[in-house]
Amino acid sequence: MIEGITILPGLDKAGSKERFEKLTLIAGETVSIVGPTGSGKTALISDIELLAQGDTSTKRRILINGEVPAEEVRYNPALKPIAMITQNTKCFTDLSTEEFLHIHAKARKIVDKKIILDTIELANKFTGEKINKETRVTVLSGGQTRSLLIADAILIGAAPVILLDEIENAGIFKQEVIDIIQSTSKIIIFVTHDPVIALLTKKRIIMENGAVKKVLCQNEFETKAAENLLELDKRVGFIREELRAGNEITKELISVSFA
Amino acid sequence: MKLLVIAGPPSAGKTSLTKQIIKRFKDELRVAFLKIDVVKAYEDIELSREFQIMTRKIYSGDLCPDHAGVMVLGDAVEWAESKAADLFIVESAGLCLRCSPYLNQGLGVVVLSSMAGIHTPEKMGAMVSLADIAVVTKIDLISQAEREVLIQKIKDVHPNVILMETNALQGTSLHRLYELISHSEDIDKDNLYLKGNPPIGTCTICVGKKEIGWKHHFGVVKKLDGQIAEYLYRGE
Ligand SMILES: Nc1nc2c(ncn2[C@@H]2O[C@H](COP(=O)(O)OP(=O)(O)OP(=O)(O)O)[C@@H](O)[C@H]2O)c(=O)[nH]1
Ligand SMILES: Nc1ncnc2c1ncn2[C@@H]1O[C@H](COP(=O)(O)OP(=O)(O)OP(=O)(O)O)[C@@H](O)[C@H]1O
Ligand SMILES: [Mg+2]
Ligand SMILES: [Mg+2]
Repeated sequence: MIEGITILPGLDKAGSKERFEKLTLIAGETVSIVGPTGSGKTALISDIELLAQGDTSTKRRILINGEVPAEEVRYNPALKPIAMITQNTKCFTDLSTEEFLHIHAKARKIVDKKIILDTIELANKFTGEKINKETRVTVLSGGQTRSLLIADAILIGAAPVILLDEIENAGIFKQEVIDIIQSTSKIIIFVTHDPVIALLTKKRIIMENGAVKKVLCQNEFETKAAENLLELDKRVGFIREELRAGNEITKELISVSFA
Repeated sequence: MKLLVIAGPPSAGKTSLTKQIIKRFKDELRVAFLKIDVVKAYEDIELSREFQIMTRKIYSGDLCPDHAGVMVLGDAVEWAESKAADLFIVESAGLCLRCSPYLNQGLGVVVLSSMAGIHTPEKMGAMVSLADIAVVTKIDLISQAEREVLIQKIKDVHPNVILMETNALQGTSLHRLYELISHSEDIDKDNLYLKGNPPIGTCTICVGKKEIGWKHHFGVVKKLDGQIAEYLYRGE
């Protein structure tokens, strides 16, 4: 069982030690990582994914439940408690979606075959254009790939820790992803440039120059702000879907969604 | 002297991995490096310039590259020992995939790019199945799920291989490899053997006869249809 993940400080890009003692994230906690582009957000979650032990460019170390994870946990995907969705949204493996998920399930030592169709079904909740089990993963679009990988992380990865790198950039239904993910007892970390996601998470890690600069906890006012933004986001989303569906935006539509 | 034989297809990241290993060990071990390639290689110049270590290269040219490897490795080990090297790294070319360059001593490392096709581990035969360690590179370029699918494929081919994944440009997560190198035993140069079986050889084609059709050849001859002719078939 994972109760918490602890990040021990490493070095920033200039080689100075990061100014925090340790940073512990506990089960059920949602965390966002924000900061300018190139500030080291992806590097931080990669450290977590690799369970770094001073052997990445940041020199950080990661503990599970306060202890150094066993070698086996670091190197065997079946034991790895962490699933990550990277910024790269392209698959190179020339397999059908079904075969791809089948082999991944095997790597994660899952025997129940039903999980494959369940995963595709979940992925299709996140994306407008449906994925078929026969579709080759190499021809999936960026958003479809992202949706499939998120569904895969939730069901096949079934990991207690999920790392998501900028899910907002793939044109997928963000709200659905957040709803599903927030109703679990996992540790979920979003790398994000999206204010709604940033405000909805309990903790916010701010990055600068390759280092953790600050850690903030969500305050009451921010929760309110998030609700407002979410409302706005839904309206924007509504217009977006109308446009995607080839509809024209009329006066009535505007007055409904921006009344 | 410790021996490390690194093999893998072209552009898999062998040299990038080698650089990380040299960076890690150059202050505690005297490192010597040999590159075996077929036509062209620049590693010797690059690595000696970057790390001031002893380097050499050999082109196999018209010789089968594995054959060349076997022939020169004896001399190369002598050379590295005469230079008092503590760690001798041999980077082998992509080769023809029939053979593997690993020896009964030291460590054999296969380097595979995570961008390579899903069937690559099966196609690479002995280069994967006889390796002690498999290092998957370029993990910064693909998704975690896809990496795990490739790892599963490698395990299907070689269940006991020690697997690790890295971004070879940054040298991430190579602790375990470094530990294995640190703990690997010194070789005994008079008892070095190939791990795999060399191909059945010395036929007339291998020695350069150009005539077409099995009638013109002896040694081990393969006919278009049917099995390889009786063992060491000698022609008619
Ligand atoms: N992004 C990324 N690029 C890599 C990685 N490893 C190697 N490369 C790049 O891949 C290319 C080939 O790498 P090399 O290390 O030269 O490959 P090699 O196996 O030595 O190639 P040959 O000796 O020519 O067969 C270079 O452009 C490297 O910079 C990696 O982990 N990530
Ligand atoms: N502490 C560090 N020490 C050395 N290099 C670092 C450090 N942190 C990050 N880097 C390097 O800096 C580069 C940019 O970092 P990264 O990709 O994590 O940025 P990012 O915040 O995710 O940017 P974006 O928003 O554009 O995705 C990478 O090559 C990364 O390896
Ligand atoms: Mg990033
Ligand atoms: Mg090379």
